[in-house]
Parts: sequence; structure tokens; C-alpha cells
Amino acid sequence: MRGVGTMTRTELSLFLREPVTVIFTLALPLMVLYILNGVFGSDSAGGGEGDFVVYRGFPAADWYTPAYVALAVAGFALIALPAHMVEYRETGVLRRFQASGVPRGAVLASQTIVALLVSTVGAALLLGAALLFAGASSPADAAVFAAAYTLGAVAITMIGLLLGTLLPTTRSAQAVGLLLWFVVLFLSGSGPPPEVLPDGLRTIGDWLPLTPVVRLLQEPWLTGEWLARESLVVVGVAAVSGAVAWFAYRWE
Amino acid sequence: MTPVITVENLAKRYGDLEAVADVSFEVNPGEIFGLLGPNGAGKTTTVECVQGLRHPDAGRVSVLGLDPQTQPRQLRTRIGSQLQESSLPHRMRVAEALALFSSFHPEGPPWRTVMEQWGLTEKARASFGSLSGGQRQRLLVALALVNDPQVVFLDEMTTGLDPVARRATWDLVERIRAAGTTVVLVTHFMDEAMRLCDRIAVVDHGTVVAAGAPADLVTTHTDGVTVTFSVPGDPATLVTALAAVTGVHQVDIDEQRLVVHGEPAVVAQVGKVLVDHGLAPDDMAVHRPSLEDVYLRLVSDEES
Repeated sequence: MRGVGTMTRTELSLFLREPVTVIFTLALPLMVLYILNGVFGSDSAGGGEGDFVVYRGFPAADWYTPAYVALAVAGFALIALPAHMVEYRETGVLRRFQASGVPRGAVLASQTIVALLVSTVGAALLLGAALLFAGASSPADAAVFAAAYTLGAVAITMIGLLLGTLLPTTRSAQAVGLLLWFVVLFLSGSGPPPEVLPDGLRTIGDWLPLTPVVRLLQEPWLTGEWLARESLVVVGVAAVSGAVAWFAYRWE
Repeated sequence: MTPVITVENLAKRYGDLEAVADVSFEVNPGEIFGLLGPNGAGKTTTVECVQGLRHPDAGRVSVLGLDPQTQPRQLRTRIGSQLQESSLPHRMRVAEALALFSSFHPEGPPWRTVMEQWGLTEKARASFGSLSGGQRQRLLVALALVNDPQVVFLDEMTTGLDPVARRATWDLVERIRAAGTTVVLVTHFMDEAMRLCDRIAVVDHGTVVAAGAPADLVTTHTDGVTVTFSVPGDPATLVTALAAVTGVHQVDIDEQRLVVHGEPAVVAQVGKVLVDHGLAPDDMAVHRPSLEDVYLRLVSDEES
């Protein structure tokens, strides 16, 4: 589409001119990796210590590394992206675009591409750190993991676009984005092992749209399997979020 | 001459608020057309409907033969817009903004040419946030012209500018018109409308209360000139002589001063009467009604 390339390059330059956002986006998952790795350790946390097996018997670092990839994507797509879009709407930037004949597809496409690029850099940094310093083993099937990553990252970005379309103010976007990020962290499998969560929270976690994304990322890393059911759910989440973001899109 | 813009009985309400009740006007090719009125009169809503940015509740709008509601895409390639209450990201640079906006209009001139034409080249790397008010308006005007439009809409572009920047901005508007582009100017400044506009529609409470060339509006909607001066002795002695002058409507005495109301041509005649009586008052003042008088007469002052 005409102009999407220029808009994407411009948006990327604007993002790189916000050092705080850049550092926050890229450092957040690394920090979580460092802290949680310190808490849960990189040794095998398999059975034997307690009454039940956590991490399905896999080493903690292997369990967490793919899950943190979802956090790395969410750090930009759920926190920075919606706030950015809402700010554009609040300050009249989107009106400016609309009056100059910029199609909504160009706005949504450039935001999506920027989010995927930045997320992928963040995920790559995280994977590098996990493999080099946190003692994670390499994925059981890298190609399947890459496919899962692509699908998962698109789905999380679509949720971000949806938030950016629906939320009324920059503040609410920041609050909701952070909240969702922590929900991913605690309930969707990136934080405490699901085995230790109380039943209620586990049930909530099961119904969160990001939980299947985390599972879809973890499985190929741990076993090399592609989770068909989860992948369908993730496709559904991406399609519904993207469609609603498109049709509910507002310039002001 | 086919009008560039035709608006007939436009109406738009937001919930209980009737922003535009009944607005009709035509804009001719090559002119600077002004929509003048107080804040909240419905000027901005009107031009937003004309640009297809809002859907009117009633009425007919045609711009360059296109319907803004059903053909917004085609329309946007042929109009330019400097919107009120719009902005650019503060970290976006001048050159980036021009390159970005022009990338959506490959039919327009090269953006570097536009940047050069509007004197923005030395500011190419400056961020939008670092520009002064006048420079921002210059950039927004340049952005409105990247598609080489036939009509440009300028909404309250001098609000908040200092007098020097205002005048510089007026020059921009005249340059746009000199290039053959039709300009629709929304303003609540009388001097701006008087200086720039070929024709004006005065809008108040969502309706057009008067329309025409600024000078014609003044003639139609005011009662000519007022000449005031003081004379030594009893002013009453001059009243008969002054009242006899052709074109004088009324002569009033305000303490020691005489106040003569009449056609614009009576000024010289009043002077002659004074000279004939051996008088040369040094405080003689002529008040010619301005657009401001028209405006104040036509626009109800509920706001003040």
C-alpha cells in the first residue's frame, strides 16, 4: 500500500528517538529473566522436592525462556503501542493524517510492522541472554518455535491494536496495557508455574487470550510439538482483535 | 463560472447541540473565501463536513463536483487541509513530515520542492516540537500543499500567533492564492477576513447571517460615516447649515461637540460648511464603519 513504507520508517525513527521507551521495551523482559531466574533457579525443578511436579518436569530456564518471549512482545505491543495510538488520537495526529488522505490501513499496518520489528529485537535479545547466561537449552525444534513466534507475535500485536482503537485516553491505555502485561506474567504461564496457582486463578489463566500464545511458544521449545488446538485459538484471537480494531477504528 | 464548492442547507447536530442549523454558500475558483464568526458558531463543523471529515445530518455539499460523503478518497487527492486542533508528533522532523505526507500523494510535487518553496529547508532537521507558532503554521500549510490541491482549507491558522507571525502567515495565504489555488479561510478575526478575503460569509448560531465582499457588507449593513468635532460657542448655530448638506441623515449635539451622521460622501461637504463659517476644528474625527461594526451588529453577543 502506498505510503506504508515511509510511514513505517518514520514511526520507527520516532520510536528510536524515545530512549526511555526503547530501554523499557528491550530491558523489561531481560530484567524479568534475571529476577525470576534468580528466584526459581536454572536447575531442574522437576519432581522429588515437593508433593507435585512443576514445569511438567522440565528445567525452569527452559520452561520460562519461551514464555518470556511472549512478555517481550507484550512489553511493546500491549504497553507502548496502545498508548502511542491513543496519544496520536488525543493530540490530533490521526485527524491530521485523515485530512491528508492517509488510509487507516496505512496507520494500522505501520503500527503492526513497527511492533513486530521491535518485539522481535526484544525477543532475540532475550533468547540470547537466556541461552548464554541463564542456562536455557536450545529449542527442541527451532523452526516450529519460529512459526509459533510469528503467529503469537502477530496475535499479541493485534490485541495491542485493539486496545489502541478502543481505549479512550492515553492514561487508561497505559494502565490497561501494564495490567495486561502483569496478567500475562502471573496468570498466563510466564510467571509462577501453573501447577502452584490456586484453582480459581488457573481457570482465569486458562481463559485469557494470551495463555494459548504462551503454551504455543513453550511446546516447540520443550518438545518440538506444534499445538494445533492452541494455534487455532491464537489465530482466532488475532483475527477477531484485528477485525475489531479495523472496523472500530476512529480518527478522533 | 462554476463554483468550486456548493453548500446548500447544511445541518449538523451533536446530540442536543445544534452546531450547524442551516448554512448555504458558494465558493468561486481562485478566490479567498472567508467563514467569519464567533467561537462555537459552527464554522469548523461546516468546513469539516465540506471536507468529508464529518457526516452532515442534512443538506447538500459538492466540492470540485465530488460528494465528500461518498467520494472522500477522490476528494482528498484534490484538496489540502490545515486543521484546527490537529498536530504532529513532537519529535517528527520537518523533512520527515513532508516526506511522509507526500508519500501518500505521488501525484504531487517533490516534497523537497515544497520544503524549499515555503522556506523550510533550513529547518529540515528541526523537530515539530521545537518550531515556533509561525513556523508550525508554515509547515502545516506546506503539508496541505504536498498534493498540489485545487482547494485549501485553513482553519483558525493565526490564533495564538504574535503580530509578526500573523502577518507572515497572511502572506502565506496570499501566496497560495497567487498560485491559483482556491482558499477557504475560517477565522474569528475581522482584520484577517478584511485583509485576505474576497468574499465572506458571516456565521452565527449555525446560520449564515450575511454574505458578500467585505466592502459591500459594510455598505449594506451600516449607516455610513460619522463626523464629530467641537466648535467654539454654541454648536446649535451650525445645525441648520449641516442638516442642509445633501446626504446628511442626522446632526446631534453632544455637549460642546457636533456629531454628523451621513453618507460616506458628506465628509468633504461638512468640511466645506466649517471652512465657510471660518472654523477649523482640530479634533475633527471621521469614523468609517468597518467589518467589525457589521460583525457586532449581526452577531449576537450571548458569549460575552
